[in-house]
Amino acid sequence: MRSLLRTPLGPARGSLDTSLVRDSSLVWLASGVVGVSFGAISVAGGLPVWVPVVMSLVVYAGSAQFSAVGVLLAGGGPVAAAATGLLLNTRTLAFSLAVADILGQGRLARLLGAHLVTDETVAFALAQSDPARRRAAFWISGLGLFAVWNLGVLAGALAGDALGDTGTYGLDAAFPAVLVALVLPALRANPAVRRCALLGAGLALAVTPAVPAGVPVLVALAGLVGHGRGRGRTA
Amino acid sequence: MSAAVAMILALAVGTYAFRLVGPVLHGRVVLSPRVQELLSAGAVVLLVALLATGALTEGGGFAGWARPAGVLVAGVLAWWRAPFPVVVLGAAVVTAVLRATGLA
Repeated sequence: MRSLLRTPLGPARGSLDTSLVRDSSLVWLASGVVGVSFGAISVAGGLPVWVPVVMSLVVYAGSAQFSAVGVLLAGGGPVAAAATGLLLNTRTLAFSLAVADILGQGRLARLLGAHLVTDETVAFALAQSDPARRRAAFWISGLGLFAVWNLGVLAGALAGDALGDTGTYGLDAAFPAVLVALVLPALRANPAVRRCALLGAGLALAVTPAVPAGVPVLVALAGLVGHGRGRGRTA
Repeated sequence: MSAAVAMILALAVGTYAFRLVGPVLHGRVVLSPRVQELLSAGAVVLLVALLATGALTEGGGFAGWARPAGVLVAGVLAWWRAPFPVVVLGAAVVTAVLRATGLA
């Protein structure tokens, strides 16, 4: 069943780490810039520098951080801010189940690895072709992303709003594009998963105007009803 | 700033608890192949829903044409099996150019 996302991203084994680093580095770059904007927006909104910096280290979830700070700056109070962020992060529970056997056996690997579970790192890991490569992808992508994200936030919090609107660089399109590149092989290879994913995405889009952020992707899981018993096995 | 501390703590502890579920259960609970299959499919369903809502919506409304146009280009490039950096940069460049030229 781990063969859902079968097609390897880069050339095979020999250049394992090189191709993983090359592909990850683009996500690091984009995330670093978004981190800078998160730090800058938080400080520009009136929060002290340590708030975005500490938050990024201990929460480490981009969309939840933006939403929680947004609620806080809008005067929504800490409970509403935390609830909004937590709702967005419920999906990490499902992701943690999906990557549980990738992290490694040791207690430390599991405790550390759990903190590194993000959309991009999970997508990177699951897109690899064999267990060794999945583990390498998870740790390379995860540790690099953690470092770059936090450095970016620190730089943004200290420098203020020097970048301007990151939409100018088309960065908001880069993140969905990363996911497109990573999930397309699985969608191609597995008709059952493709059915579920399309149904789920349709449901998520349909409810987006009506429900709080974070709920649409949870609703998408209902798309799994399209996963017929036994038909999901891939080649 | 105690409000910020409370918010950060609650969000950090809750998020880490979510993330720990998989690694803690792994090896303790034996999942049937059917459940494991659904978990893998579920991860893909979540990622596709994230990319669809991320490409098309912003704050509950339509994100404008520039972003989905860039993501669509990424989809075409990925379909042609273009290298990963080409796919991602292609999306960003198309979106940035559409915005800079005022076309979308």
